[in-house]
Amino acid sequence: MVSGALGKIYRDGEEIVSQGNTGESMYVVQSGRVEVVQTTKNGGLQHLAYLEAGNFFGEMSVFEKEVRSATVRAVGEARVLKIDKKTLLRRIREDPLLAVNLLKTMSQRIRLLNTEIARHGDTHL
Amino acid sequence: MGFSSQSSVADSFAGLASSEENEFALKDGSRIAVVGGGPSGSFFAYFLLKMAEAIDLELEVDIFEPRSFQYCGPAGCNHCGGIVSESLVQILSAEGIVLPDTVVQRGVESYVVHMDVGDVSIASPVNEQRIAALYRGNGPREGGDAPLESFDGFLQGMATERGARVVRQLITGVEWPDGRPHLKFADHSDSSYDLVAVAAGVNSRFIDLLDDHPEGFKPPKTTRGYICEFRSTEEEILRVLGSSVHVFLLDIPRFEFAAIIPKGPFATVVMVGDDLDEELVHTFLNDPVVQRAFPTNAVPCVCTCKPLINLGARKRPYGDRVVLVGDSGVTRLYKDGIGAAFRTGKAAATTAVFHGVSRGDFEKHFWPACKSIANDNAVGRIMFATNTVMKNSRLTRRAMLRMAQREQERDGARPHMSSLLWNMFTGSAPYTEMFKGTFHPGFIGNLLVSLGSAFWPRQK
Repeated sequence: MVSGALGKIYRDGEEIVSQGNTGESMYVVQSGRVEVVQTTKNGGLQHLAYLEAGNFFGEMSVFEKEVRSATVRAVGEARVLKIDKKTLLRRIREDPLLAVNLLKTMSQRIRLLNTEIARHGDTHL
Repeated sequence: MGFSSQSSVADSFAGLASSEENEFALKDGSRIAVVGGGPSGSFFAYFLLKMAEAIDLELEVDIFEPRSFQYCGPAGCNHCGGIVSESLVQILSAEGIVLPDTVVQRGVESYVVHMDVGDVSIASPVNEQRIAALYRGNGPREGGDAPLESFDGFLQGMATERGARVVRQLITGVEWPDGRPHLKFADHSDSSYDLVAVAAGVNSRFIDLLDDHPEGFKPPKTTRGYICEFRSTEEEILRVLGSSVHVFLLDIPRFEFAAIIPKGPFATVVMVGDDLDEELVHTFLNDPVVQRAFPTNAVPCVCTCKPLINLGARKRPYGDRVVLVGDSGVTRLYKDGIGAAFRTGKAAATTAVFHGVSRGDFEKHFWPACKSIANDNAVGRIMFATNTVMKNSRLTRRAMLRMAQREQERDGARPHMSSLLWNMFTGSAPYTEMFKGTFHPGFIGNLLVSLGSAFWPRQK
């Protein structure tokens, strides 16, 4: 592991979170790139997004007790920091504005999702 | 965990409406002086400007900092051991602040506790490097050739990117002619502000300039720290110290706490205690337990300092148009001072932007963040007093060591003592949480068993 670096290094293709597994942590990409993929009904893999330094994922598991909705894996070597649910919620309780930061990204993702749904809807009309 | 905090969000936005007619509300063009460009000053300025931008409020922020963090040695240093706690690293990431590799000199993955009865390595609970060892300034005086970037410089850069201006002028006085702070400078000029945020720490004389303020800010209780840089090679530091912070629980008279922190080709030695002098430092460095954990070719740099460390909370770190953040006001006992700078800096900025800058505004919205740190420190004092008693007895030292060793050796063992030591040394959890952990039946039971077994030397 690089000495002057935070988080954990994941090798190319290594899974950081896996769809269907339980988890209570959120992750923030420190360096490199990760890919978010989802298994489709017929068993194929659907690419959802690439995330880079500063982007986070896994936040849904912090706020609800559901299994991971997608798999996130490293593309090349990526360094990722895990954020404990307890640490995050303790801080949000003291400083609710921290949640606004997360809401902003989640809102952007919903907007993207809506665009995708609309695009698919058009295709199937 | 309940989301009672949602009422606080509503409260924040309600504050926006009422602040329109408030004479203490910040308005477009309001001027804010931040005295001190260390972490608390930069966090305050950064969040102030970020939140102001979110509600289309245009502020003018001047950070008064005479030092340049591009210089090596004291000219660019803020005299600190340089550890960013596990909890702060996580929260900064959640805020979108990723510390660059050039700032983080070493990602810490474990703490090694050294005692005369043996050593134990306590690994990060998540097997990740989530604690940052770094330099507040640009490294030791003799570190010009090392690839370092200052943490304080990095944070200041974040604030200036948001629009803050760094002013190198020396402040010689503060007057309050119309209830507003007027800063006076060495060239006899002066400047009026709507708010002054004091982030000058406890090693600055600036606080004396606030004597004329009706609140009459008195200095907090302090103790002395000792910080010395040792130069070696990156390979030797990595070989001997690894990616671990080494802490020492030794029965040396007057000795309280010391740590060795690896940072690239350097090792920072930090000691804390009321009664620190050259003799105690010499005794510590020559102790056989310390010698065996020290890089053999390490030589002391010219960089040595004995900074004051804030031990207490000011009763009221605010007044009309003035707020004291970080070490100047309230900080965590012995640990995670940068975390306290973040929490108080952001709380003060939130108050100023969403509520106002009166004494009442700070009391209602800023003081709770300070009070929670101060209350936690009270529990911390009990924890450190207990630690002092335990480290001064060979029997209890051996019991602590055995309990932690057993937990680290056994997969799946609940790490009662390891978690306690990890949190005590890293400052990652509130003292209150650590204290509660000591009442867990598993902790008490295992400690009693370890105390019993401590009567006999360990069989190899």
